[in-house]
Amino acid sequence: MKILVAVKRVVDHNVRIRVRPDGSGVETTGVRMSMNPFCKHAVEAAVQLVEGGSAGEIVVVSIGPKASTDVILTALAMGAHRGILLEADQALETLTIAKLLAAVVAEEQPDLVLLGKQAVDDDSNHVGQMLAALTKRPQATFASAITVDGAELEVTREVDYGRETIRLPLPAVVTADLRLNTPRNTALPMVMKARSKPLAVRSAAELGVDLGPRLTIEKVSPPPERVAGRMVGSVSELAGVIAAEVNEMEAI
Amino acid sequence: MSVLLLAELDGDALSPSTARLVAAASLLGPVDVLVAGSASIAQSAATIAGVNRVIVAGGPLLADRLQELLEPLAAQYQYVVAGATTLGKDVMPRLAARLDIQPVTDIVAIEGPGRFVRPIYAGNALETVTDPQSRHVLTIRASAFRPASGGGEAPVEIIEQPYDSAVRLIAAHRTESDVPDLSTAQIVVGGGVSVGSVEGFKLIERLGQSLNAAVGATRAAVDAGYAPNDWQIGQTGKIIAPDLYVAVGISGALQHLAGIQGAKKIIAINSDAEAPIVKIADVALIGDLFDIVPKLTAELDALGLKR
Ligand SMILES: Cc1cc2nc3c(=O)[nH]c(=O)nc-3n(C[C@H](O)[C@H](O)[C@H](O)COP(=O)(O)OP(=O)(O)OC[C@H]3O[C@@H](n4cnc5c(N)ncnc54)[C@H](O)[C@@H]3O)c2cc1C
Ligand SMILES: Nc1ncnc2c1ncn2[C@@H]1O[C@H](COP(=O)(O)O)[C@@H](O)[C@H]1O
Repeated sequence: MKILVAVKRVVDHNVRIRVRPDGSGVETTGVRMSMNPFCKHAVEAAVQLVEGGSAGEIVVVSIGPKASTDVILTALAMGAHRGILLEADQALETLTIAKLLAAVVAEEQPDLVLLGKQAVDDDSNHVGQMLAALTKRPQATFASAITVDGAELEVTREVDYGRETIRLPLPAVVTADLRLNTPRNTALPMVMKARSKPLAVRSAAELGVDLGPRLTIEKVSPPPERVAGRMVGSVSELAGVIAAEVNEMEAI
Repeated sequence: MSVLLLAELDGDALSPSTARLVAAASLLGPVDVLVAGSASIAQSAATIAGVNRVIVAGGPLLADRLQELLEPLAAQYQYVVAGATTLGKDVMPRLAARLDIQPVTDIVAIEGPGRFVRPIYAGNALETVTDPQSRHVLTIRASAFRPASGGGEAPVEIIEQPYDSAVRLIAAHRTESDVPDLSTAQIVVGGGVSVGSVEGFKLIERLGQSLNAAVGATRAAVDAGYAPNDWQIGQTGKIIAPDLYVAVGISGALQHLAGIQGAKKIIAINSDAEAPIVKIADVALIGDLFDIVPKLTAELDALGLKR
């Protein structure tokens, strides 16, 4: 089985982001960037499928500026076999990303495509589902467990009401949730080895997909600020505060 | 300008969030509601004020079939809308891709026919977007809108759904509880990993009972197995907007705060006066939750709150 994993370079999830004062967006220059956490779980899942003997090759793809090479190298260090960078300097919408990935799927013909369930910058949660629709492959989103059973997958999904287990035929598209696994740390020798693995760099513009945006971002603003309130000194005082709140609610 | 809204279901009932979605969608035009469920669910949807027509197709359906059901219907509408729930997230991007439309999702404010506000970066920024496409595929955060009232009498129409799915549902593990729905609850009590165990969460649930509150948890508490996954509040869990949120033993990580930004009042119970949640809470009590929570529950019970 051949697996394609899509990984995105985003502002590191531990960074407290800053909205540019002119409302033009979120400051990303001079900010630590890393692989989107959900993509890490997707890469880990692929590597575990190889280690368990269910899969042979892992190809990792990222779309973005040259600097996205970093996250491809991280995936290669984790155990992916080769990388593809589709270079694009402008911001791309999720539909465009999905179309570019569909073009890669057409070329690579993977049996399984693994993605993160969402990118923590735009928080879209679109691309996996869009790719499934564009490539007419069944999808399993928000996966917290994946097992391969012949030509089928059994996937446990985290949904609003709890969990559900589905079976779907390969080839398929699966998006990873955080409880899927614990991504491994990459030791230095692996990072060194990753540098010698094949990495193809192409311009995203080559794939025949219109890269222009459909939506206009008018402005980006910070959320309303919350400030510290007061401390209460005892449980009784707190009970009084809560009771007052509740009574006010009931009054409305 | 007409709207097709995918009803949000909760098992074999209509989810309370559907009335909120109707209220939001009504800002865009007259609303038809599609129910991928039973005729009785369709009947409840028909009573929501402002609903023009209910279309019922039987169900529940997995994403691929739902998309195939929506696709031909979508041609008759300017807007196709769903909740920003696991259902909406599963199907709407698929539909959008099939229709070659860039969707706008997790909408928290509608500022005009094609002007929407959505959070990015776990709610640490708000993006205002204009969507000049001739048709729109949207998901809306129900918690950001007030519910439409009842008393409607929309006609119900049954349609066929002849499609077959490649995906099979093998098992559904529904977390059974009789507490209010987390996403739409007026009061929520949340517990963190410091609650320490499933038994510890019973204290949180008991506090919740005294307030008729929904119960939530942090990711750390869910990961540790102390609370079911559908209790998770935050960037990757449920988004809540209660009038009152009581955060017990929760540090207030960015990803958790992402889920509670809509809360009107936040009360924190934490042993650490420097915890980030304390810095944003309206009221905080510093101390050991195992000491505070049972006492607080007893005091509230004694006050006999009418809820
Ligand atoms: C991509 C990504 C997505 C995430 N999504 C989510 C999400 O959706 N939701 C979410 O919640 N998290 C999410 N997280 C995790 C998040 O970063 C935090 O790790 C998590 O919220 C911390 O949970 P906690 O507050 O229970 O634990 P901790 O951060 O460990 O905090 C425990 C708190 O309990 C207090 N405490 C300890 N003992 C006591 C006591 N006896 N009495 C009172 N107080 C006590 C401590 O002072 C501390 O403040 C995500 C992380 C990532 C990377
Ligand atoms: N620029 C990108 N390059 C590669 N993969 C991406 C890119 N953007 C999104 N993805 C994939 O799609 C998933 C969901 O992203 P999103 O729909 O943007 O929230 C991510 O976790 C990645 O696996």
